[in-house]
Amino acid sequence: MPRSEAPVGRVMAQMAMVMNLDKCIGCHTCSVTCKQAWTNRSGVEYVWFNNVETRPGQGYPRRYEDQDTWRGGWGLNRRGRLALKAGGRFKKLLSIFSNPKLPALDDYYEPWTYDYETLTDAPLQEHSPVARPKSLITGKDMKISWSANWDDDLGGSPDHGDKDVLLAGVAEKVKFEFEQTFMFYLPRICEHCLNPSCAASCPSGAIYKRTEDGIVLVDQDRCRGWRMCVSGCPYKKVYFNHRTGKAEKCTFCFPRVEVGIPTVCSETCVGRLRYIGLVLYDADRVLEAASVPDDTDLYEAQRQVLLDPNDPRVVAAAEREGIPRDWIEAAQRSPVHALINTYKVALPLHPEYRTMPMVWYVPPLSPVVDAVRDTGHDAEDRDNLFAAVDALRIPVDYLAQLFTAGDPAPVDAVLRRLAAMRSYMRDINLGREPDESIPAGVGMAGEQMYDMYRLLALAKYDERYVIPPAHAEQAHRLEELATECSLDREGGPGMGGSGPFGESSGGTSPIAVENFRMLQTRQTSDTLAAPDDKAARVNLLNWDGKGRPEGLFPPERHHDADPRDTDSHDPGQESEPQP
Amino acid sequence: MTPPGALGTVLWVILPYVALVTFVLGHVWRYRYDKFGWTTRSSQLYESRLLRIGSPVFHFGILVVLVGHVMGLLVPASWTAAAGITEHAYHVTAVALGTVAGVCTLGGLAVLIYRRRTVGPVFSATTANDKLMYAVLTLVIVLGLAATVAANIAGGGYDYRATISPWFRSVFYLRPDPALMAGAPVLFQLHALSALVLFALWPFTRLVHMLTAPVGYLTRPYIVYRSRDVQLGAHAPRRGWERT
Repeated sequence: MPRSEAPVGRVMAQMAMVMNLDKCIGCHTCSVTCKQAWTNRSGVEYVWFNNVETRPGQGYPRRYEDQDTWRGGWGLNRRGRLALKAGGRFKKLLSIFSNPKLPALDDYYEPWTYDYETLTDAPLQEHSPVARPKSLITGKDMKISWSANWDDDLGGSPDHGDKDVLLAGVAEKVKFEFEQTFMFYLPRICEHCLNPSCAASCPSGAIYKRTEDGIVLVDQDRCRGWRMCVSGCPYKKVYFNHRTGKAEKCTFCFPRVEVGIPTVCSETCVGRLRYIGLVLYDADRVLEAASVPDDTDLYEAQRQVLLDPNDPRVVAAAEREGIPRDWIEAAQRSPVHALINTYKVALPLHPEYRTMPMVWYVPPLSPVVDAVRDTGHDAEDRDNLFAAVDALRIPVDYLAQLFTAGDPAPVDAVLRRLAAMRSYMRDINLGREPDESIPAGVGMAGEQMYDMYRLLALAKYDERYVIPPAHAEQAHRLEELATECSLDREGGPGMGGSGPFGESSGGTSPIAVENFRMLQTRQTSDTLAAPDDKAARVNLLNWDGKGRPEGLFPPERHHDADPRDTDSHDPGQESEPQP
Repeated sequence: MTPPGALGTVLWVILPYVALVTFVLGHVWRYRYDKFGWTTRSSQLYESRLLRIGSPVFHFGILVVLVGHVMGLLVPASWTAAAGITEHAYHVTAVALGTVAGVCTLGGLAVLIYRRRTVGPVFSATTANDKLMYAVLTLVIVLGLAATVAANIAGGGYDYRATISPWFRSVFYLRPDPALMAGAPVLFQLHALSALVLFALWPFTRLVHMLTAPVGYLTRPYIVYRSRDVQLGAHAPRRGWERT
């Protein structure tokens, strides 16, 4: 292979993810748990670090893939050099006073809540009281007309299914009639790209890529709210907190990953479709790979940037760069590396944006299997499936639009491998002699195919997540472990479990990414932007069960000698909720 | 006209130093204790059509005004004369450019204030701090424009480079000369005073974003790499237990 001849450059480690789309049932558990963990605050009501889209569909925000409009990601300029699509540094600074390519709230959706209070305090009336939707932006009544998953399961597709950006690249017209269409789910998080255009677009330099694990983060103390990252990210996975005026994005749950546990979205995934592991890559070759002239070569170029962790020269180079031994071993056992480069069944999302995304996808075979099964043929027979992969151009072309810049050949190859695995494993499961010509036909050995089956179908927890903890020698100080007493610090109250002013007084306890100010804001305010002119509203999701949040109960009214009130002279005390 | 004496000392000696010290120390304090609050607090997500017009007009206008002030206040008249620019040529250019930029700034600001008041989400995101800042900022700009128009276009012209500019520089030389300001037209005096108030408010408002204008973007590499924080967790390690 020419790859092993080339000298190994600067080796870096990257925490990466693969999602097996065949297993996604579109339950949104990942989105909901992510929201609960990270974005259940005001200012980020519309923010979904993780969202699940039904494809074909418009995605979130609507039509985010239309880079002719949004100008996200990188492109090649006239001299063939890599350049930000939205323009270089001067153009960015000149348009800084009003970002011309910022999605409006309408492109996401206007967040809302319901006026639940009416249900309990409405006077006696003929009709049942209703909880009206109230905008979380204006506080006024609103008509709900769109949300993050409005077109879930192709809902409303006859009306707006053709607004999917990718359909323009699919030659045949996709029919949206029931039983004539296809669909699958696409869960999306931040891609933690090797060549992040959000970071490149940030005028303040607040977005950075961590050298140790490649996670892309926003420094909340350096962000000045210029909003260029939102435009720069072609996946629209950087969001603007409209209350703090700062950018926020998926953090790859770094406080969890640092101690070796998977992200919240992965941990809670019902379909167990997510894989997390390390890949080693050659940082010196990223620019070259991102600049290949032909969009359809980007998938292969990106695959080549990833290094073989079992190559002794790569191991030596990685050790030279100070990558710890346990990290190199984790990279060797990485399911992500196996799915991308050993089995070659994972593909990157929109490589044509040239950001070198690091969340990859095993494309779904299910549209093909479903079509075969619906015709009454054996959907686990290799020949039937192969014929269907050849015949069903629409799903294949559509997947190629998503994963390989429109080139159907790599998608074909992946689907054939998945189909071959299906028929090969049926023989084994039925106790028949396995047909070794099946794996051979797709360029695999029988044992390798069995290993792939084990990783994709059995998907054991410790095989799906191979996450080396950060700095093992200091793990006791990492935030999520918190084995050190949070008060046991210089100037702190000392050994006791509680501060001078009762429980949880004293210093800040470690709260993952949130700094003290964000925590304080979250705990003390949950009204709209100007709290003074709005009636109090309490978000119970943010209530930790301690104390009584302001506005949990209606203001105390003083009655003159109401006999029912005799034994409840202190209603606040009486109604203190018990955990 | 301000009578020279005690009032003059208060207005043109004490007040400038109070404003200057507040401006500098206020920014230091804010940067140390409120980095998280140091932002433009953009409201573009709520509304972009009016912002698209108002914000660039205002900001580019005020940048030209800033350059004009730097030229007029910091560069002594003798320097421009030495460079061969006649007083008349300088004056005509400054007034013409200044008036156009001032009108742009004021027009842009008018659009922005109109937007802030009429667009619901933007209005409810406006704090009392913002309202005070807008009032003072508008006052400064209106007074400055009025002084220029009154003195140069309606009146026969006023050479501020003979009085106001030397006074301004004298403050920085630490030899303030209130007598220089005493003779200035009252509109110029009010403009200067309101500007001093604005400078004192500056560090405590959203105007701080000006001090972190991202000029470094022009020279830094596109992708920023950073190592994981040396300090893990929410607080510094105890003395004697630091990482080695």
